[in-house]
Amino acid sequence: MSTAIAEGAPATPIAEVPSFTVTLIIRRFDPDVDTEPHWQDFDVEMHGTDRVLDALHKIKWEIDGSLSFRRSCAHGVCGSDAMRINGRNRLACKTLLKDLDITKPIYVEAIKGLPLEKDLIVDMDPFFESFKAVQPFLMASSKPEKERLQSVVQRERFDDTTKCILCAACTSSCPVFWTDGQYFGHAAIVNAHRFIFDSRDEGAQVRLDILNDKEGVWRCRTTFNCTDACPRGIEVTKAIAEVKQAILKGSPERVSIAL
Amino acid sequence: MTTETIPAPRSSYAPPKKRRVNWEKWGWLYMRISGLFLVVLIFGHLFVNLASGAGVREIDFAFIAGKYATPFWIVWDTLLLWFALIHGANGMRTIVNDYAHRVVLRRVLLTAILVSTVVLLVLGTLVIYTFDPCPANAAAGTLPTFCPVK
Ligand code: HEM
Ligand code: SF4
Ligand code: FES
Repeated sequence: MSTAIAEGAPATPIAEVPSFTVTLIIRRFDPDVDTEPHWQDFDVEMHGTDRVLDALHKIKWEIDGSLSFRRSCAHGVCGSDAMRINGRNRLACKTLLKDLDITKPIYVEAIKGLPLEKDLIVDMDPFFESFKAVQPFLMASSKPEKERLQSVVQRERFDDTTKCILCAACTSSCPVFWTDGQYFGHAAIVNAHRFIFDSRDEGAQVRLDILNDKEGVWRCRTTFNCTDACPRGIEVTKAIAEVKQAILKGSPERVSIAL
Repeated sequence: MTTETIPAPRSSYAPPKKRRVNWEKWGWLYMRISGLFLVVLIFGHLFVNLASGAGVREIDFAFIAGKYATPFWIVWDTLLLWFALIHGANGMRTIVNDYAHRVVLRRVLLTAILVSTVVLLVLGTLVIYTFDPCPANAAAGTLPTFCPVK
């Protein structure tokens, strides 16, 4: 009586998830063997529920164990598997195969603008260096004897930029960054924005000074590639524009909120 | 739990190296402000030269001489010259900063942009303000027909 399915009753067949063959063309690079990266294709049998990350797993586990890529959470939280999928920066773990045109091969390569280490892995150090440079931590002079209060509206002001998972999809999608690695880059500006517009923080001027630089926010040419790339849906270009406004007006409080 | 026990960080924050003047912010602002002026100046220029009256067919020496007989067009063209040239030069500077990585190459290109901009500004301004369609000492027969006969 306690079992949900009555004994003997024919189990209703679960509709099979349709499977299909997809071709992935992956830009391979093994620093021990290759002087130049090269493209290699793989045909894999996948299901409609699978993501690009599952296809990469299948290749690594069943076809070619030497394929190298980063991933950790596999659910869009850790930010380790940003890569260029069909020319756009995406998280492999958030890109469903069925959303791509699987009648054509899927091109997968490492994100651009950061030193290629192996296959889909790049050296993230320069990216994190510029992240560190904007001092992405709360600066407050008062000792926290109790919680620092903030109104709903004040919290809402920087809500968008709290969502960043530091995947580098935005920074490495930008043509300015591709040619000028000195550019602070979007993720650094997004994370500076998160504190600049936080009413509890007192370090806004310090960060605005850092970003009011030859390689700071003025490098941005409003291409919008970053907003398209962000897997968290952060309006990256808008955040950069707000930081520009804060520098021009001398303080984040004077920036009106564009709706 | 209080935070009394947290020690001071080992190293304090060192502010980034200060540049004397921050041109980048002003450059960015200039592109937008001059852009606003240029919309009016360029389209006004194009309309008067190419569309109004008999259109493009009326452009000749006399047409230019006529324009430069009025202070209005002298001021208009001076503004157009300076706004557009500095705007274009600053835009080229941005592009050089984007793409020229080798220090020497970058320096050469930036200098070339600066020199050519200054030369063109001086030449252009000189032409606008010293333009005289009927110079007094001109050789006979070289003057346009509308000049007063001496
Ligand atoms: C209708 C008049 C114009 C407007 C409204 C305008 C506006 C702008 C703006 C806002 C920018 C900055 C773009 C950015 O930073 O993302 C820009 C860049 C630029 N402009 Fe203009 N402009 C005009 C006419 C001109 C003219 C006549 C020239 C040539 C003399 C010119 C050459 C450039 C160059 C070379 C750039 C740099 C392009 C780049 O950053 O990739 N513009 N313009
Ligand atoms: S802003 Fe978006 S794209 Fe950029 S690092 Fe953060 S999560 Fe990734
Ligand atoms: S594996 Fe963690 S975000 Fe994709």
